[in-house]
Amino acid sequence: MAETLRYRDDQPVDHPAVTVDAFVDQSNAQAVRIEPGDDTRELLPHLQRLALVEVNFPAFGDGRGYSSARMLREAGYEGELRAVGDVLVDQLAYMRRCGFDAFEPDQQFDMDDVKAAFERWPEVYQNAADDRTPIWTKRHP
Amino acid sequence: MRLLTGNDLKTGAVTWWTGSDWSIHVEDAADVAGSEDEIARREEAARRVNSPYAVDAELQDGSPRPSHIKERVRALGPTVRPDLTLKPADPEIGNWVI
Amino acid sequence: MYKYDQYDQAMVDARVEEFRDQARRRLEGKLTEDQFKPLRLMNGLYLQLHAYMLRVAIPYGTLNSQQMHALADIADKYDRGYGHFTTRQNIQYNWIKLEDAGDILADLAKVEMHAIQTSGNCIRNISSDHFAGATADEVVDPRPYAELLRQWSSFHPEFSYLPRKFKIAVIASDTDRAAMRLHDIGIQIVENDAGELGAAFYVGGGMGRTPMIAPCINPFVPLDRLVTYAEACLRVYNRYGRRDNKYKARIKILVHEMGAEEYTRQVEAEYAHLLEEGVEPPFAELERIRAYFEDPLFEAGAGDEIDRSDPDFAVWVDRNTVAHKETGYVSAVISLKPVGGIPGDATAEQMRLMADLAKDYSFDELRVMHTQNIVLPHVRKADLHALWTALDEAGLGSPNLDTVEDIIACPGLDYCSLANARSIPIAQRISERFAANGKTGTLGELKLKISGCINACGHHHAGHIGILGVDRKGVENYQLLLGGSEAQDASLANITGPVFSEDGIVDAVETVTTVFERERQDGERFLDTYRRIGMNPFKEALYG
Repeated sequence: MAETLRYRDDQPVDHPAVTVDAFVDQSNAQAVRIEPGDDTRELLPHLQRLALVEVNFPAFGDGRGYSSARMLREAGYEGELRAVGDVLVDQLAYMRRCGFDAFEPDQQFDMDDVKAAFERWPEVYQNAADDRTPIWTKRHP
Repeated sequence: MRLLTGNDLKTGAVTWWTGSDWSIHVEDAADVAGSEDEIARREEAARRVNSPYAVDAELQDGSPRPSHIKERVRALGPTVRPDLTLKPADPEIGNWVI
Repeated sequence: MYKYDQYDQAMVDARVEEFRDQARRRLEGKLTEDQFKPLRLMNGLYLQLHAYMLRVAIPYGTLNSQQMHALADIADKYDRGYGHFTTRQNIQYNWIKLEDAGDILADLAKVEMHAIQTSGNCIRNISSDHFAGATADEVVDPRPYAELLRQWSSFHPEFSYLPRKFKIAVIASDTDRAAMRLHDIGIQIVENDAGELGAAFYVGGGMGRTPMIAPCINPFVPLDRLVTYAEACLRVYNRYGRRDNKYKARIKILVHEMGAEEYTRQVEAEYAHLLEEGVEPPFAELERIRAYFEDPLFEAGAGDEIDRSDPDFAVWVDRNTVAHKETGYVSAVISLKPVGGIPGDATAEQMRLMADLAKDYSFDELRVMHTQNIVLPHVRKADLHALWTALDEAGLGSPNLDTVEDIIACPGLDYCSLANARSIPIAQRISERFAANGKTGTLGELKLKISGCINACGHHHAGHIGILGVDRKGVENYQLLLGGSEAQDASLANITGPVFSEDGIVDAVETVTTVFERERQDGERFLDTYRRIGMNPFKEALYG
């Protein structure tokens, strides 16, 4: 496993991430790992006790994790949202827009590529889970 | 016989393994039976070819002719634009492909 | 038509730089082909049968002369002097080098064009009615809505790794000229009894292996919620579309397996949630876009008469011009289907001519039809003869719109690594056969579509006559289908029976038209006769 990139000011959570089923059952769990086939909405009643959500990407082409992330942010989740697994540098910008603020890729990133990825887009077309202002707001302030 | 084919990474041109190199001419293709996976892996890792795979072929008049029509179209060019194929002046080429 | 502002330009420019960086990393070996493939596909770059193929987006089929000139220049500079107009209103170049792709995208960006998301498991080019803005039967020009959705779908962070490709069409008339119900999402802008405009959403149509006609899941979404509803549809698909089997991954399978009712229920729930999330642009944005689609300055009192004394010209007027909402004007169709030619192909020289003719005669606007012809949407009747003369000289004046010679054909085995059989030679031979037997005119409207494989890029399921290329032990064979329609009376064509050889299929097409001529009543089209008499008379004639 490569180095984790983290874009938060707070301390990383030290709890092991359990499955969605286990998390819902265990009232003292604070960290969960979402698999692509899980229903993220099962977590929504429990957001107050969640400090870390890992979203697993077993294959980078399986984009379900992007919806999971965005739905959690829409529901008000403010803890760490970490993309783990087959995460490529070329996905970082979109992942960030979907609300991910930490990345634990299988393969080490080249940090120059990471910087380029995050600085790539001067504008954005959509309102998403980050705080970027969409172009349509700039057009109609 | 088995031929190894792929595309040139930079140009996209269809290429054939000659035994020592990659050629755009299927006439230069060598029989790779028995070593196709090894050669494919090595050449792709070195980026001397993109997405290689092996195909069946027969010798016809001493020259390899891929068994499947798709590979023959690939070897030569579109049948509907002879001017864009590798053998624009050859009137027999339609018979070779089809 | 729409013009980029500095924001749109900044986005395409950033995309060019992103792709250059990705291509560099691929060439240096930092990206494997498996990693690079989805990235290059999202820039329209395929590794195809002969070389890299680039599919350039022509948003809802609309472009101007400057853009058409740029497409011609790309054909000459980077390709082999021609391009292919596709069944999704785009253009394809077949001989591209990866090392040139970045420069090509940069050249496109200079004229407000791109190849963004023309392939890959993302939202593709949004298609529309090729007579939009010219036809009298639309409630509104659908293209501003297509443009709004184009921007929404471009670089969408949540929907760029969908289970499969996603195709959207937007129309605004009851007559469906964009095969709307054969799309993943088809939208028809409609007017309700109170005179308000809304969007009817049809979700789950498509062709390919399992063709389906989309059910209507919401007959009236308010136009100021268009994006929110689309977003809800996509999110349900992204979450629940199948990812276990590539051939079952389209939304049509999800809607079919879940049932339209359940899919609708989930979309409506997601829609209600998303209405709170502020994903919809303000209505002012739609109004800003709409301003680009106002009518051109038509000449008041333009003459309504056409001098038909030239008989060849008269035939072309009758077949290839379409009524316009403005007196004295027509829409003119430039045929890319010369007898014996390659359907949809145009040389760079022809592209330049079409561009100049658009500038002279059509307010600098052209449209690409999904049937692979080009439209000049707003032509004064007074200019038609000059236009036709120029087209005729350039081999672009074939008077065969919607006839048996106006064949839709995918590139097929001559160009495509997915194909099982060649489609272009079949199209060539069929058009030659009917030009020779002189029946093109008498047969009337006859939509013949050819696909080289089950992926159905030639839309054969929707042909009045459809042909599907199949591989039988390495030999090309052809299935014949009858009775499909891509219009508002959408239907899927039926297979006649056993396959035909290459020679056989050409004869078979002629045979079924002979049956039609024999059985036809009261000015029926081929499709009407087929629907009335059924398959049996055709089967008998074909197989004895």
